[in-house]
Amino acid sequence: MPRNHKKHRHGGISCEQVIANLFAYLDNATDANMRSYIARHLEECRACLSRAEFEKALRAKVKQAGDKEAPAALRQRVKALLNQF
Amino acid sequence: MHDDADRAFFRTEVERLMDRLYGTALRLTRNATDAEDLVSEAVMKAWASFAHLEDRQAFPKWLFRILANTYVSEQRRARPTIAECVSTDDDERPFSLFEKMHQPFLLWWGNPEQELINKLLRDDIERALDALPEAFREVVILVEINGHSYAEVADILGVPIGTVRSRLARARSTLQRALWTQAQAAGLTRTENLDATQP
Repeated sequence: MPRNHKKHRHGGISCEQVIANLFAYLDNATDANMRSYIARHLEECRACLSRAEFEKALRAKVKQAGDKEAPAALRQRVKALLNQF
Repeated sequence: MHDDADRAFFRTEVERLMDRLYGTALRLTRNATDAEDLVSEAVMKAWASFAHLEDRQAFPKWLFRILANTYVSEQRRARPTIAECVSTDDDERPFSLFEKMHQPFLLWWGNPEQELINKLLRDDIERALDALPEAFREVVILVEINGHSYAEVADILGVPIGTVRSRLARARSTLQRALWTQAQAAGLTRTENLDATQP
């Protein structure tokens, strides 16, 4: 990342502001204005786009950690529960 | 009262979501037996209040919220206070895996940060998540795995939304620092190799 990268402005917002709000943006937790500024910035700034893509890829890996084959014993236990309902 | 269609819907959805329910419960509890108990309890609670669920499309999110609420209630019962993990250590400074990897003198190597992501194993992520302090682990799982909004997480945990934001920021920083440490130990970071050649 170039040394003066954080001072660049694209889409009406600086790289520094984009990075500060990037996680909230990826979490859909920014207001509509900020969302639109960041989206436009990412269309024009390769450095911030790389950062956003990296964080998205890492989040996808973290999300995968929440998907694990349930043990047969648990499936049986839940099946027995469901049969009681 | 539930009719046969309700029962069939509930059963099909629970079975479809079982691996995600178990995976989430396992990350929350860090223990296979506790995870199985948590899933069973959540399914029972969900059935008990299923009649109140008006939007069937919202079933997955509703069920995962019940799972999270059940976990948090159990935790609070067992340990009424959770330490805020306040520390002034240097390790509390924000840490970015991307910035660590994405340095100008490394760029001629190609795309080192993407390479690192590709090499991170499921086990690396699980270890880093499991090592997070309780208050941090909860918010990461609820937001990144379950997909809850900050407001929903604040409601589940009974904390202000600002606390969710600050815990999440610190949790991500801690998680990325742990992944960096693991990656270095496994020899996955090019900087390690390059550092040896630097004057």
